[in-house]
Amino acid sequence: MDPLQFLTAARVAVVAGKGGVGKTTVTAVLARAAAASGLRVLAVELDGKPTLADLLGDVPNLTITPQAALAEYLETHGLKRVAKRLASSGVIDVVATAAPGIDDIVVLGKIKQLERSGDYDLIVVDGPAAGHAITFLMSAQSLLDTVRGGPLRTQATEVAEMMRDAERVQVVLVTLPETTPVNEMIETAYALEERVHAHLGPVVVNGIDLGAMLAADAAPAGSAMRVAAEFRNARRALHLAESTRLSDELALPQIHLPLVAGSHLDLALVNELAAAWLAGGTR
Amino acid sequence: MSALDEVIGTARVVVCCGSGGVGKTTSAAALGMQAARLGRRAVVVTIDPAKRLADALGIAGGLTNEPTRLALDLSGNLSGNLSGNLSGNLSGDAPGELWALMLDAATTFDGLVAANAGSPEQAERILANNFYRNVAGSFSGTQEYMAAERLHDLHLDERFDVVIVDTPPTRNALDFLDAPGTLTRLLDHPLFRLLMVPTKRGLKVLNLAAQPLLRTIGKVVGGEVLTDAIAFFQAFAGMETGFRERADQVMALLRSDETKFVLVASPRSDTVDEARYFAARLGESALSVAALVVNRSTPVFGEPPRRRPTSADKAALYDNLVELRAMAATERRNLEPLLEFARTPATWVPLLPGDVHDLDGLDTIRSLLFAAEPANG
Repeated sequence: MDPLQFLTAARVAVVAGKGGVGKTTVTAVLARAAAASGLRVLAVELDGKPTLADLLGDVPNLTITPQAALAEYLETHGLKRVAKRLASSGVIDVVATAAPGIDDIVVLGKIKQLERSGDYDLIVVDGPAAGHAITFLMSAQSLLDTVRGGPLRTQATEVAEMMRDAERVQVVLVTLPETTPVNEMIETAYALEERVHAHLGPVVVNGIDLGAMLAADAAPAGSAMRVAAEFRNARRALHLAESTRLSDELALPQIHLPLVAGSHLDLALVNELAAAWLAGGTR
Repeated sequence: MSALDEVIGTARVVVCCGSGGVGKTTSAAALGMQAARLGRRAVVVTIDPAKRLADALGIAGGLTNEPTRLALDLSGNLSGNLSGNLSGNLSGDAPGELWALMLDAATTFDGLVAANAGSPEQAERILANNFYRNVAGSFSGTQEYMAAERLHDLHLDERFDVVIVDTPPTRNALDFLDAPGTLTRLLDHPLFRLLMVPTKRGLKVLNLAAQPLLRTIGKVVGGEVLTDAIAFFQAFAGMETGFRERADQVMALLRSDETKFVLVASPRSDTVDEARYFAARLGESALSVAALVVNRSTPVFGEPPRRRPTSADKAALYDNLVELRAMAATERRNLEPLLEFARTPATWVPLLPGDVHDLDGLDTIRSLLFAAEPANG
């Protein structure tokens, strides 16, 4: 698959995966790659993590919190006075408990508004961790089950429509090339397709090390070169086995982001990864 | 004796904390194995929705919300669950024990409501309420709250010398410290105050329709949602004192000298930032990191030869060694701010050639955590 084709397939890409797999890195790489391809890109993050902004260079980024999204939503719906009181009395916490998913739906509603604005060719969302990704992406459906009327129901209906539209939203799942993360990603992929009817884009295998096997026995047994080579070979064998198993069990194209030796994650490295991906493409 | 040796040999409560994906669950289980080897009776509370720990411990049926005892042979190795393997294995002089459970937050919460309710009818009314079901099932903070609750229970349980808890993989891995206050914060909520005004005869519920704010909220979110919330607060009347006292006790335990925090990190720069943030939060609460575990670090191999070999095969081996050493050095640089901040030496657990998914793997982690010399210096 041509990277540009993937980057322009849908207006929103939600990056999701369990903790520690490198969602933020992937978000930054996709955003930088899209910007390098001449697209108007916005990066969105939901956790208030400080790391993403440092990796984006001149790509604009936006933090969306449920509190701010709800306040904005109420204001634009002629409920400005209420918005102030709700925020100051903290009622949003109770409301979010009463109807789980309200906090997620207002966030997705804000993303929908950005998507509809036409200001961006691609909005990359650094999504929640896998456990939360399903509830986050399903929030519209859950809300439609609990809330029977009112403006939030309208909002949920529109978000649910967006989530099912392959030309508007694709979900990009991220994993590491190891047994447990791969298993969890496969489970998440099926759950998202079956329960959310979301369109899954390519999956990203982050930190993959697929070099050729080293001739470890060219060095004397027990020597540092030999032990290091055996270790590297074992890791490479594991990564190859897991990425092969992933393509056997999940029929989605894979984006491989290579393991980068000895570099601190910064904008330069993100640009390097983005350029390598644009040149090499998707498997 | 490393900081970790001291924690696992003496603490009554061990809390493993850190961001997602750094190996908290595995570390907690390995700490439990070590405690048992030292002759202590340990219980590990895990919050691992993927049930990986149950698989690794060889418990076919999976872990439940009640502690399950695991059999240890005399050398302290696990050998499957107790029912299949009891005789002869536990006859040592001071046999340690390893128990494990997987937290079921909703069930634990239900038990807490039942224990605090004034009558079975009150408990039933609360348990059947939609708002309560949302609190027990998906309210952010409930898992942490129930983990802390469970930890307190097990701490008082005479079957156990040490309780080791794996904290939930939340967006914000720090919620655990404030978790026991989850429900009392809800009870302290202005909405609750708005609904409940103290009278001589206890709490009285205000008329919903008399509250313009509530009417407006109802318009936005739908009336039935609010009705459920109000019914919950009504049903809860009279129980809040019990819950408050309980939360205070749990908070006190988390802040006592008996509880030690083990910070688990990995050398990736983003998780280091989060770990450092956690250490800072502990500091703000006048608590400290008792031990630091750095998982999945690139092993440090010996020095390369002085000169790069000329043959292609050997040169590739040389390059690989140099590259791995550079990776290890970068990781150590990534970790420096955290090490400085946490003011405790780290125990490094190197990345293993394969994945940890069985007992042997877990025991390998345990032996690396408690090696005489910390792995890789």
